[in-house]
Amino acid sequence: MAVTVSPERDTVATPMQRALREALYAGAISFGLFVLFIGLKTGQNISNELVLTTRWGLLAAVVIATAVGRFLYVAYGQPFLANQKITDVATGLLPASVASRFFQLPAFIVAIIAAVLLFVFNSSLAGWVGAEPAGYLQFLRALAVIYVLACVIYYFRAFIHANFTKLGIAALMLYPILVVAVLSLSAWSIASGLQGSLKWVDNFGIQILIYVMLAWGLNIVVGLAGLLDLGYVAFYAIGAYAYALLGTQYGLSFWILLPAAGAMAAFWGVLLGFPVLRLRGDYLAIVTLAFGEIIRLVLINWREVTNGSAGISGIPKVSFFGLMSFNVSDPNYIAKVLGIAQSGAYYKIFLYYLILGLCLLTAFVTIRLRRLPVGRAWEALREDEIACRSLGINTTTTKLTAFATGAMFGGFAGSFFAARQGFVSPESFVFLESAIILAIVVLGGMGSLVGIAVAAMVMIGGTEALRELDFLKQIFGPDFTPELYRMLLFGMAMVIVMLWKPRGFVGSREPTAFLKVRRAVSGSFTKEGHG
Amino acid sequence: MNASSIQGTNPGMNDAILQVEHLSMKFGGLVAIGDLSFTARRGEITALIGPNGAGKTTVFNCITGFYKPSEGMITLNRNDGSSFLLERLPNHEIPARAKVARTFQNIRLFSGMTLLENLLVAQHNKLMKASGYTILGLFGFSSYRKASAESVELAKHWLEKADLVDRADDPAGDLPYGAQRRLEIARAMCTGPELLCLDEPAAGLNPKESAALNELLIDIKKTSGASILLIEHDMSVVMQISDHVVVLEYGRKISDGSPQSVRTDPRVIAAYLGVDDEEVESVLTEVGDEDVIEQLDTGPDAAHGPGTSSSYLAGPVTDTIGHSEGERVTVSKGASKAAQVDAKAKNAPRKPSERATAKPAAKTPTAKPRGGRK
Repeated sequence: MAVTVSPERDTVATPMQRALREALYAGAISFGLFVLFIGLKTGQNISNELVLTTRWGLLAAVVIATAVGRFLYVAYGQPFLANQKITDVATGLLPASVASRFFQLPAFIVAIIAAVLLFVFNSSLAGWVGAEPAGYLQFLRALAVIYVLACVIYYFRAFIHANFTKLGIAALMLYPILVVAVLSLSAWSIASGLQGSLKWVDNFGIQILIYVMLAWGLNIVVGLAGLLDLGYVAFYAIGAYAYALLGTQYGLSFWILLPAAGAMAAFWGVLLGFPVLRLRGDYLAIVTLAFGEIIRLVLINWREVTNGSAGISGIPKVSFFGLMSFNVSDPNYIAKVLGIAQSGAYYKIFLYYLILGLCLLTAFVTIRLRRLPVGRAWEALREDEIACRSLGINTTTTKLTAFATGAMFGGFAGSFFAARQGFVSPESFVFLESAIILAIVVLGGMGSLVGIAVAAMVMIGGTEALRELDFLKQIFGPDFTPELYRMLLFGMAMVIVMLWKPRGFVGSREPTAFLKVRRAVSGSFTKEGHG
Repeated sequence: MNASSIQGTNPGMNDAILQVEHLSMKFGGLVAIGDLSFTARRGEITALIGPNGAGKTTVFNCITGFYKPSEGMITLNRNDGSSFLLERLPNHEIPARAKVARTFQNIRLFSGMTLLENLLVAQHNKLMKASGYTILGLFGFSSYRKASAESVELAKHWLEKADLVDRADDPAGDLPYGAQRRLEIARAMCTGPELLCLDEPAAGLNPKESAALNELLIDIKKTSGASILLIEHDMSVVMQISDHVVVLEYGRKISDGSPQSVRTDPRVIAAYLGVDDEEVESVLTEVGDEDVIEQLDTGPDAAHGPGTSSSYLAGPVTDTIGHSEGERVTVSKGASKAAQVDAKAKNAPRKPSERATAKPAAKTPTAKPRGGRK
C-alpha cells in the first residue's frame, strides 16, 4: 500500500504563518516561565503576615511583549537578515545590505562639511546657541567624524584587509604627529597643540602600546607554547624594579638597564620554569599565579631594598641615546639643543616612539622565532607534547625557552614602564594586571599578533575612551559619572566578543612555512595546549 | 635460556639492529611483560603480534623510552657501529641519538599545523643545530636558510612517498584517517630513523588504504635503509610484508620466527582463537591457514582504536600513553592458551591425523614446545 503524504507537509508555511505559530509558542513559554516570577509576588504586611499579591497586568505585558517580539523577528527580522546576504551576480556587491545603503557618497560629503564647520566654529558655538545645545552639537560633531571614518574604512575595506599590518604600523608611526597637528590647527597655536597632545600620546598611545608589548610577550608563553601563565605580571614587576633600583642606586643609563632588566626577567622566567615543567593545565596556572603573588609580596615586605608599599620614586628619565636629555635643568635639554620652545610633550612623544620601537622589536622577534625550529617546537608542544618527545624534541628546554623569552619581553616592558612613570610601587603589579594581559591575548586570538594588538587597543583604549563620555551628562544629568560604568560596559563587551568570536578576533593561524600557497589554518584545528 | 636461543637464530651481533633481552615491565604487582627476549634484524620488517592485552604497546613504550623497564636490556646497534642501551637514555634522546622513531596507536599529529610544518617539526634537532641554537637563525645567517631549504626538500620527498604532496599546505587535522596514518609515518621518517616502530599502522584502514600502506612500508624498507618494527592486528599486513614475527601472549613470547612458521604454530593458534582444552585438537585439525585467523581476528578493540583528541584535562603523560588498567594483566592460572597447548603436547603424544594437517614449517626451533612454564 502506497504511503500517502498529507498535503500540509508538502507546502512550506509562509513566513507569516510561521511567525504567528512561533509567537504563540514563545508566548506560552514565557507565560510558563514568568507566571511565578512576575505574576505572583509574596510580601509581608504590617503584622508580619505573608501576603500574596498578583500582578497579572505586568505578566500579560511581558508575555505579549515576548510574543510580539518573536513575531516581529520571525516575520520581518529574519527575511531582512537573509536579504543582507543576497549578492548581485554582476557586480559581486551586496546591493540590499544595510552597510551599502548606509555609507553613501552624498551623506559622506554632508558629514565632512558638517564636521569641518563644527570644528571651525567650535569656539563661537556656545555664544550663538547657548551652552546646552552646544554640547549636543559637539556630540554631533563626534558622530560626523566617526561616520566619515567608517565610510572611508568601508569603501577601502578590501585594501585595508590586504595591507592591515603595513597600514597599522604607518598609522602608529604618524599618530603623535597627527595628534599634534590636529590640536595645533584647532587651537591655532603649536604650544597648546603640544600641551593638548600629552593626554592623547601618553594615556592612549603609550598606555596601549605597553599592553600590546606585554600581551605579545605573554603570547609566546600562552599562545604559542600553550602554557597557561597567570603570573606574567611578575616579570613586568621584575623589569620595572630592576630599572628603578639600578637606575636610582647606581645611576646607570636606561640603555644599559633595558637589556639588563630583560635578562633579569628571563632568568626569573627560567627559575619559575624549572619547578613547573611537570605541571599541566590548571595546576600550572595556579603555580604561576602563586609566583606572581610571591614577587608582589616580596616587593611589599623587603623594605630595605624596595622601600615597601611606598615604592621607589625619582627614577631617572630616559635620555635621547645620551645626546639630549629631557630634564629642563640640564645643559643638553632638547629644547636648548634644538632651539625650540620648552614643552613636556617632547618626552612623551619620544617615549611613544621608544615603546613603539620595542613593540616592533617584539613582533619582529616573535615572527622570526616562529619560523625557526624553536618556534615550531613551541607550537608543536601546544599541539601534542608526547608526539614532540617521540620526535626527539627536548620538551624541557623548549618550555624553558618559551618562559624565558616571554619573561624577557615582560622585563623590557617593565623597565620602560618604570622610566615612563618615574615611580614604581607594588600596586602596579597586582593580579588584575595579569588577568587583563591574559584577557587581551585570549580576546585577540591566541598566537595572532595583529589580533592581539587590536584587542589591546579595544580593551585599554576602550576603557580610557569611556572616561571621555562627558556628553552622557547631557542625557543623564550632571550627577551621572560615566567612568563608573566603564567596567560594566567593558565586561559586557568582552562577553559579546567571546560569543561572537569564541577564538578571539583572529581565530586562524598563519602557517610558518608553505610549499605552494600560504593558507591560514582554521582555529578549529589548533589546540589551546594543556597548560 | 631465551637469550641463547636467540643467539642461535642470529649469525652475528651486528646483524641485529635491536636486541631486547630479558625485558620485564611491572606496574605495581601487575606483570605487563615478563622476561621477553627477541631480536629485530637490520633491514627487515619485524612484526610484534599477539591478542589484545598481550603487552605489545608496553614493549614499544619501553623501546621508545616512554616507560622505563623494570628489568632487562634493550640494545640498539646503529649502522655506524655505535650501540645504545635504550633503557638508559632519556625519552627525547632515543629518537635524537639512537635514531628510533615511532608512531602511535591513537594518531598523534600536530593537527593545527600544516602537513609541511609537521614534517619540519620532525627535523627539529637537525635544524636547531643549523640555526646555531636559534641565535644564528634569528639574525638570518645563510647557513640556516640553506638547511631550511634542504629540510623542506626532505619533507617534500616524504610527502610524495606518502602521496600527500597535494595537501602539503592543509592542516593535518583536516586529513582523512588513512592519510593521517601515512602522514604520521612520513613524519617519523623525517627524523631520519634507523629503526621505525609502528604501532598498529593499519588499524582503521580500508583494504585499499591498507594495500597502499603495505607498499609504503616495503618502499621504506627497500630505499631508506630503515628497519621496521611493527605491531599489527591485521594479519594480511603481517603475513604479506613482515620478514620475522614475534608473538606475545600475556607479556610472554610464545612464538618467534618466519610468518609461515608462526602461522602454523599451535601455540599461536590457540592464543589467538582462545580454545578450551577439549577443543584444542579439533581446532588444530581445522585451522593452519591465515583465513581462519583473519576471520576470527576482530581487529583493534575500542581501547586500542583511534582515541579522541587529547583533552584539556588529559592528566599526566603516562596516563595518555598506551593502555589503561585493562592492559596490565597478570596471568591467572590456566589463562594462557599457549601454556595449555604446551601441557597438552607434553602429556599426550600427537595424533597422526593432526600431524597430517599441520604444515612442516611448524617444526621450527622456536615453535618447539618448551617446558618450565606456569
